[in-house]
Amino acid sequence: MRIRFWGTRGSIPTPMRSAAIRRKLIRALTQAIGHRLDTPARIEEFVDRELDFTIRDTYGGDSSCVQLDAGGDEYILCDLGSGARVFGNHMLAARRGVPGVYHVFMSHTHWDHISGFPFFLPAYIPGNRITIYGCHPRLEEALRRQQGAPSFPVEWAQLNADIRFVQLEPDRPHDLVGFRVTAKRQHHSGDSYGYRFEQDGRVVVYATDSEHKLDDRAETEGFVAFFRDADIVIFDAQYSLADAISMKEDWGHSSNVVGVELCQQARVKHLVLFHHEPTYDDEKLAAVLAETRRFEEITRGDHVVQVSSAWDGLEIDL
Amino acid sequence: MRLDEARFADVVVLGPIGRVDHVTAEELKTALAPHLARCGPGHDHVVLDFAGVDYISSAGLRVLMLAAKQVKAQGGFLAIAGVQPLVQEILEISKFTLVLRILPSVRDAVAAASVATPAAREQA
Repeated sequence: MRIRFWGTRGSIPTPMRSAAIRRKLIRALTQAIGHRLDTPARIEEFVDRELDFTIRDTYGGDSSCVQLDAGGDEYILCDLGSGARVFGNHMLAARRGVPGVYHVFMSHTHWDHISGFPFFLPAYIPGNRITIYGCHPRLEEALRRQQGAPSFPVEWAQLNADIRFVQLEPDRPHDLVGFRVTAKRQHHSGDSYGYRFEQDGRVVVYATDSEHKLDDRAETEGFVAFFRDADIVIFDAQYSLADAISMKEDWGHSSNVVGVELCQQARVKHLVLFHHEPTYDDEKLAAVLAETRRFEEITRGDHVVQVSSAWDGLEIDL
Repeated sequence: MRLDEARFADVVVLGPIGRVDHVTAEELKTALAPHLARCGPGHDHVVLDFAGVDYISSAGLRVLMLAAKQVKAQGGFLAIAGVQPLVQEILEISKFTLVLRILPSVRDAVAAASVATPAAREQA
């Protein structure tokens, strides 16, 4: 199974500004001093081998969209943030006009999780089949409402794909698209839902836009059970712990520290930090990752949790 | 959770011992409550001596956050002192160093608390 991250930013798409590009160029050229970079091949090798991620690359700015590729001919997505636009374009190019089948599991209907759908080109093409799953009773309404006047020039009726909505019940396993899928309600304004995907002994949990109340032991134990023995947990780590429980309390997001603690208790193999704070640049996100790895190390018991930070374009194989 | 207590004039120094984890955090909260209630201008200042704390979880950090909020609302003085290196790292990673008053030693904390009460500084 392969997990592809098409959008990893929280709250709002966050394009890189020219000042950030200039800073990367200055850092790269400074690091190049003294290197013999007189051919394109040597430059490429220098970029790939010598420059760290924050100089040669970026975490990206598209909002939530994650693909679970289990090897079948049907596509599985979590959320339709602006990353869904990139995914859709990629699929159109890859399929060369052959219709496809898409399954989308929605965490919730906040803007940053649905705003990619009006630009999701497979939805406009006859023959494509799109099934959108979620636990919110107003899921269809939320997607229809942003598709058309006064918010968008193209009406829902012009979406030529076969689009269906399926209401899921939380806390009950559903056998869908080759997976056993269980949704869990999360603390977020208007509620959000995490998804646990199980297939052939492998487990992926998508748990974004979720605040964890540290004084509610039963809630904590519920999430530990939901994450239990997962291979990967994709976790909303938008804030620092101090922010999450003080000025940003009840804003509906969590922290890297709580992500590590829950994954340690649940004996998760790999924690992937997700839904990045839009005010953080690449250097700040890299610092958060380094701190999170250090936190995991100094609080570790007999179980190691691998820690990564998602970026637009990241692929993880299970 | 064990909470050692010492007093230097109007400065109360409270020393939790052991791990402040998801189980003991509530015990710490309960143990601190009467001291925090008396923390304010004209009453006590509170210093938490963390020399005996070798781990603190997010639930424990939340107790500290609530304590800091309460004391701030009461116009009182709360500081944490003598933090072990590992706990100091946890405070830094969680960004609690930005929201709590953390001082190197109990002596420093008592001195800071007792600017207006020299008797405490002389006893510390």
